[in-house]
Amino acid sequence: MIRGTVDFAIETCKGCELCIDACPQDSLELSPNINAQGYHYAVLVKDNCTGCINCALVCPDAVITVYRENKKKGKEPVATIRNVKSNMTVTIESERK
Amino acid sequence: MSDIKLMKGNEALAEAAIRAGCQAYFGYPITPQSEILEYLADEGRKRGMIVLQAESEVASINMVYGGAGAGARVMTSSSSPGISLMQEGLSYIASAELPCLVVNVNRGGPGLGTIQPSQGDYFQATKGGGHGDYRLIVLAPSSVQEMADFVFDAFDLADRYRNPAMILADGALGQMMERVEFRTYDPAARIPAKPWATTGKPRSRERNIITSLHIQPEKMEQINLRLQEKYRLIAEKETRSESFQTEDAEFLLVAYGLAARIAQGAVEKAREQGIRAGLLRPITLYPFPTDAIRTLAEHVRGVLVVEMNAGQMVEDVRLAVEGRVPVAFYGRMGGIVATPDEVVRALDVMVKKDVELNAEAY
Amino acid sequence: MENTMVDPKLDGLECVYHRPSETLTDTLLHYCPGCGHGVVHRILMEVVEELGVQEETIGVAPVGCAVFAYHYMNIDMQEAAHGRASAVATAIKRLLPDKYVFSYQGDGDLAAIGTAETIHTANRGENILIVFINNAIYGMTGGQMAPTTLLGMKTTTSPTGRTVEVAGYPLKITELVATLPGVAYVTRQAVHTPSAARFLKKAVTKAFQYQKEHRGTCFIEVVSNCPSGWKMTPLEANKWMEKNMFPFYPPGDIKVPHE
Repeated sequence: MIRGTVDFAIETCKGCELCIDACPQDSLELSPNINAQGYHYAVLVKDNCTGCINCALVCPDAVITVYRENKKKGKEPVATIRNVKSNMTVTIESERK
Repeated sequence: MSDIKLMKGNEALAEAAIRAGCQAYFGYPITPQSEILEYLADEGRKRGMIVLQAESEVASINMVYGGAGAGARVMTSSSSPGISLMQEGLSYIASAELPCLVVNVNRGGPGLGTIQPSQGDYFQATKGGGHGDYRLIVLAPSSVQEMADFVFDAFDLADRYRNPAMILADGALGQMMERVEFRTYDPAARIPAKPWATTGKPRSRERNIITSLHIQPEKMEQINLRLQEKYRLIAEKETRSESFQTEDAEFLLVAYGLAARIAQGAVEKAREQGIRAGLLRPITLYPFPTDAIRTLAEHVRGVLVVEMNAGQMVEDVRLAVEGRVPVAFYGRMGGIVATPDEVVRALDVMVKKDVELNAEAY
Repeated sequence: MENTMVDPKLDGLECVYHRPSETLTDTLLHYCPGCGHGVVHRILMEVVEELGVQEETIGVAPVGCAVFAYHYMNIDMQEAAHGRASAVATAIKRLLPDKYVFSYQGDGDLAAIGTAETIHTANRGENILIVFINNAIYGMTGGQMAPTTLLGMKTTTSPTGRTVEVAGYPLKITELVATLPGVAYVTRQAVHTPSAARFLKKAVTKAFQYQKEHRGTCFIEVVSNCPSGWKMTPLEANKWMEKNMFPFYPPGDIKVPHE
């Protein structure tokens, strides 16, 4: 499971709820508090965010910044097999820092 | 090198536009000025000008707005009904403080009217024919030579003050052929830099916005005050007129454009009859030569305004004269051009009335 | 915008999306909550920033809710008279052919008062991008009927629902424009879901590429909502849009240039 989180610029949020609807993890809700514009702003209410950026994609006011773990795996070559038609490289998975 | 040619007014104007470094012309055909579009579509394109026949005058003036906002020297031309269509665009251009040249080859109106010459667009040209408090700088040629000369002047004035400029000609001036000499003019040296234009925002500056929308009334008032100050400065520095035999005149004729040529003929005939007449010919219709007329009004017994309309410039003349002496009007409408004899007859009426009222002075 | 900026405060997490930092200003958007304009602005500016063409892009704003687009887009912009944005854009592009020029217009601006300019700009194949926001209503002036208003749809000037007898049919201006040979790319998109937003971004990116290649006019219609005009919440409006607008204005590519 990829870990992620989101940051809301709460003063710019207009509480339109599109992000809440877009979140596949149901992690977002409107805060009971209001910002200086008078809107209930969106907040992250669970810790199961995967950093999928769905919320940010639909936000009309671009208030959302999204973070995600980087779990990129590298591929390390261990052998090369040459054959008549083409070369093939065999690799193994390795954790890359 | 200057060049002397025999050309039609419309074509001389178009040739001057090319020599003045006009980068783009956007226009639409309408009689009696389609030759401007046609000449530029041929000659202009050959010499590097962007010439686009737009889908209407409305599109034309908005293309002028876009081109001017992008920092280019641009122009359009039309005739009365088409100029009416452009009024919204001109209001925007003036408010956004963009330079451009608009040519009105005035024809008879109102409505679809005639294709014959007229001066019925004076109000529209000089009083800010579109909505809001703005003015165009208006130059009124009265010869083919001036049709050419004023193009250079109008472009320079438009750039100097960031204001639209208009050449108010008429159908006869557009069609007549006369000798014209094109002045030497180097656009590269004359066209100023335009750091305010929308050419693509580099890192080194903030973005440029060309707009006439200022929703806060305080801001809109500031913009208006700035425009008014600009017009005050233009009036102070750029008012032009020409006098003909006014030094010892007892009766002053005031006329512009084609009517001025008729009036000049009338002055010569009147002098032959012993009437000491003179002519003041406004060259800038905005700013209007109020001071020149006021000064002359102090030395004459009456003013006769000659126009090809129902009486438009006569109102500005009356304002300038401020009741010092009688102001009379002679005008023909519908595209009819008066003859010098008609004007002399009108002058006779004025002279006779003056004699009746002021017997002792005679 | 997706990138791999590392922020040590966030414990092994890296930033994978943040709003465009150069091309969107900090000015609060005046649009109603949930309005599609905000998403389209953001996506347009993401593309400008990612392609690195902020210095070469000039936009033309309409009269309509997006009249203040130049407060939000950090590029050189011109405000056009109502309906005339594509004429203004034509002149800018003719005079500055190496710059990217786009007009951004609503359904009144593009398909009512500006119909002549829209058709003729497209007919001339002007090498610009026209972004057309279609929410079937006039938002800025308080919710009047638009040329694209659906039959039966209630607006302040069709209070009992649009009828053919009084107001004719909804105008499919996009399909009309697509028939013109000078038009290279016509697509209809939306911004109400994450995948719709991704598709729009691809479309805008393609349009900029086509403009660079001088292919002709690119025309992107964004079927969008108007929560205020339709008198619904943003979520309700999006659902209504899917149910009622999409059948008549179906998203998808209508015309693509030959490769």
